[in-house]
Amino acid sequence: MAELSKTDGQDEAMPNVSEVEVVDAHTEAEAVAAIEAPVERGEPILQVRDLVKHFPLTQGILFKKKIGAVKAVDGISFDLYQGETLGIVGESGCGKSTVAKLLMNLERATAGEIFYKGQDVTRLSGRALKAVRRNIQMVFQDPYTSLNPRMTVGDIIGEPFDIHPEVAPKGDRRRRVQELLDVVGLNPEYINRYPHQFSGGQRQRIGIARGLALNPEIIICDEPVSALDVSVQAQVINLMERLQDEFNLSYVFIAHDLSIVRHISDRVGVMYLGKMAEIGTDTQIYDHPTHPYTQALLSAVPVPDPEAREGRERIILTGDVPSPADPPSGCRFRTRCWKAQDKCAEEVPLLAVPERFQGVDSPAAHESACHFAEEKDVVHAA
Amino acid sequence: MTIIDETADIPAPRGSEDHTGPLLEVRDLHVEFHTRDGVAKAVNGVNYSVDAGETLAVLGESGSGKSVTAQAVMGILDMPPGRIPKGEILFRGQDMLKMSGEERRKIRGRRIAMIFQDALSSLNPVLSVGYQLGEMFRVHEGLSKKEAKAKAIEMMDRVKIPAAAARVNDYPHQFSGGMRQRIMIAMALALEPDLIIADEPTTALDVTVQAQVMDLLAELQREYHMGLILITHDLGVVADVADKIAVMYAGRIVERAPVHELYKRPAHPYTKGLLDSIPRLDQKGQELYAIKGLPPNLTRIPSGCAFNPRCPQAQDICRTDIPPLHGVTEQDGTELPGRASACHFWKETIHG
Repeated sequence: MAELSKTDGQDEAMPNVSEVEVVDAHTEAEAVAAIEAPVERGEPILQVRDLVKHFPLTQGILFKKKIGAVKAVDGISFDLYQGETLGIVGESGCGKSTVAKLLMNLERATAGEIFYKGQDVTRLSGRALKAVRRNIQMVFQDPYTSLNPRMTVGDIIGEPFDIHPEVAPKGDRRRRVQELLDVVGLNPEYINRYPHQFSGGQRQRIGIARGLALNPEIIICDEPVSALDVSVQAQVINLMERLQDEFNLSYVFIAHDLSIVRHISDRVGVMYLGKMAEIGTDTQIYDHPTHPYTQALLSAVPVPDPEAREGRERIILTGDVPSPADPPSGCRFRTRCWKAQDKCAEEVPLLAVPERFQGVDSPAAHESACHFAEEKDVVHAA
Repeated sequence: MTIIDETADIPAPRGSEDHTGPLLEVRDLHVEFHTRDGVAKAVNGVNYSVDAGETLAVLGESGSGKSVTAQAVMGILDMPPGRIPKGEILFRGQDMLKMSGEERRKIRGRRIAMIFQDALSSLNPVLSVGYQLGEMFRVHEGLSKKEAKAKAIEMMDRVKIPAAAARVNDYPHQFSGGMRQRIMIAMALALEPDLIIADEPTTALDVTVQAQVMDLLAELQREYHMGLILITHDLGVVADVADKIAVMYAGRIVERAPVHELYKRPAHPYTKGLLDSIPRLDQKGQELYAIKGLPPNLTRIPSGCAFNPRCPQAQDICRTDIPPLHGVTEQDGTELPGRASACHFWKETIHG
């Protein structure tokens, strides 16, 4: 199997994004073999490059005319390493759920590549795609609508085995499902119950058990705890952390709750209007943010400590997120940014380590897509 | 169109009434729902009070009875299946539960107003926001359509909706989530009520918008010197705005305290567990503390203290005796004003 390495100039400026080792597979069997090969801990398992998803806006019924596009995801790149949790945060409408769907191949990307172990998922089909899908699973936001009310818990968790019978032979399934129920902390005797007999937190556990059924390597969690009560949220977060250690999983954790993302993530990406505004380790993003949007977002989070509320600076953004169908020119955040200047309207800031921090050994030296990046601690009381 | 109070009894100006006690006082309120599976006891003896200009936060998980209490105060509880077997709701000293429907309607909207959680489903999608806002003035004050619309524009300006005059004829779907919530606030404020009940006003919003809306609410509250009951499950939002907090669990208030005190030294194991189980933005902790188990089913509330199956400190007495709301004192016996805890072991909880 020949290994080609691809480099383009842009990648060098991004330490967060490593070189993609494209595995050249000529036949389907070769592709499947590449997908099933194990990945070392700390090596990139999923590499996303310049991913774009535009949803067309059409007019007319019979002769559909394209009159524009909603630029839900507009060129984002990141890596997911084996065994880590990458948090993606952003306001509603910033494209974070679309990213999840693209990673799952539930939506076809308009442009860009998603490399899973060196295979471009967006170009795969047939057996190879099926193998990829087995290894990337998803946990959905709403535990009330993501479980079929007419199926028993056993059928819900066992359904993945119908599509991938190689994972569990027919006679073994019931035992496997009970094992999974036990793993997520539910009573294995509940196998014949229906979803409505469970509370929200228990349902989310069922969703997690379904995600685990095929022994995946990556789980994409789209707001997995936002529909749950505070006291139950902690239980589910702890469960997810335990499962990550136990099964050596990599998580893409999408959420709007910044405190939870910090708790669970090793690295965090901040999205705004289809683009990545800033990406780095959790300390870099939370304690040393350099992008004004990240700073505003962090300062707006209510801290459950009335003593801290007096000492904190709060940046309150004006207005709403612009429409992704017609994003502002240049920097997308400029319409709400207090630092915006003429340059911001003309030039799109690249996601790179800002010039002033280059070569500086400081946590502020991480990628930030801002012309006027500046470190500012907004989380800790002054 | 029905004009509710076209008679001249415009409410007396604030403060001129002889009533001196709290603005609103809920006393030993019980609410139950009769369902197929039995009687769900949603509220089991709640007491709280709010003064003018004060913010009371009612904190609790879903099913704790926080919204049901508010609905009972507003008089918008579905009855049946709901029933209020016991309790008093005193507004300026008068028991609203004994009033006629007509009298209550005069209070609702004009003296006590409510902001709902989900602005999209609370607004009527087929009527323009200007019409819906104007309805307050047309129905309660008998203004003409034209006057009501002018008032609606004024209110939209008040809650800082840009280009209010141009947007008054827009429909709810044309506004963003934050703007819709502002319209809800404008509606609640329209008749300058004495008390506002906000039921999870920012839960459906993004953090940046949430901060805008909470700031606006706090500003307007100061301006009008209103009482505010803020119902929420978010300990963060509460810390930012509340003066005092009542924590609810299974239809009872389990702890009551001024906001600073509660966060510093919780006196009930449930509050303590809640505070420990939220991840903090400014700290990266190890494993989160999780309260084990699930909130109780309201048709089968555990005997004794309702929290006992989930409580790490539970003893035999907790399974048999319902703890009353004890006044909380310092170790030397000095009373802590405004503090109370419904735990047999509050001393151990607060003084470690």
